[in-house]
Amino acid sequence: MPGLLVNILWLIGILGEAAVVVCAIKKGAFRRYLLLNLYMAGLLCVELVRYKIVSEYGLKSTQFIYFYFYSDAILTIFLYFALCTLYSHVFSEMKAERYVRMGALLLLAGTALFTYAVVMQSTAKLLTHFVIELSQNLYFVGLILTYILWGAILKLRETRTRLIQLVLSLGVYFSLLAVNYAVRNLYPSLSSIFIPLVQLCGIFLPMAWAYAFWHLPEEARLVPARLAVIPR
Amino acid sequence: MMAGIILVCSVVFLLQFFVSYCRSLIAASIKHPLSAEVQDVTGIKSTAEGDDFTRVLQLLQLCPERPEDRSGIQAIGTYFNLLSFVRATLARIIPSLRSWTETERGQCTYFAAVTLERRIAFSRDMFAQQLES
Repeated sequence: MPGLLVNILWLIGILGEAAVVVCAIKKGAFRRYLLLNLYMAGLLCVELVRYKIVSEYGLKSTQFIYFYFYSDAILTIFLYFALCTLYSHVFSEMKAERYVRMGALLLLAGTALFTYAVVMQSTAKLLTHFVIELSQNLYFVGLILTYILWGAILKLRETRTRLIQLVLSLGVYFSLLAVNYAVRNLYPSLSSIFIPLVQLCGIFLPMAWAYAFWHLPEEARLVPARLAVIPR
Repeated sequence: MMAGIILVCSVVFLLQFFVSYCRSLIAASIKHPLSAEVQDVTGIKSTAEGDDFTRVLQLLQLCPERPEDRSGIQAIGTYFNLLSFVRATLARIIPSLRSWTETERGQCTYFAAVTLERRIAFSRDMFAQQLES
């Protein structure tokens, strides 16, 4: 039964990822949010390869585990840069793209160095350990960066509904994954429960982005101050 | 220790992002006027009531599902349950929360009604396409 559940969630996730790219192309938003869409397209390809590996070698095979964590690290770095393009959208009027890019690279290098410093203490399988730790740390850094971006949206009174929903759904996604990783670290014995949970978290982002691209025109506007939990 | 701190921070951020995300979904749909027939079916005339949410959801389940609607309605369903929980617990201690949760629950119902309207339009389009072919 858990295998069936994982497969169903997997299939929904793959359909959702394809839906994001299709909706973005149909609504003419592919180029505007290029990195977000390329991330989704990349995620779709990776998911298909993962599915192929699982069907050939099984969910607990070394091949799958290695591919899963290495591809996850690459995708996380990609998503991190996609998040930086959202910063560029929000700060577009301030012409701050160069600073955003520089800051993002510095933060990425800092996270990688910090991860390396932590991982260096354990000698066995250094690279694999580094890759797993890096993607976990990047999820948390991504969460903090999304939170800062949300703060900037409120402060700058950004009104573009689609952009706001893309940022907020990314925030929910990063939070879910950060919670998942933290609980897994605290209770490693429960790791088998978290496989369907990761799949469930993974479904949210493509569905939310597909919704934002399909239902919200680029010119749709709302008052962001109304969305804050603490009214401004 | 570190994982514990990350867990606490992430849960707080998750709640904030989730509530804001749901409110952004509602805010985007609130400007959408309901057609006369959806008003008749749902019984929503000017303002929606939180208690009608379950009934509108049941009506939604009668229509063919659209994949791009799924995350929105599920998120709002979870938000509605969260609001109901706050209403049943915290709002008893803080009375001002009661009217706020009631307004929010009503807006959740309105969102569900807008989704219902979209699904009806989608079903009609599919039916029309089938008739043409």
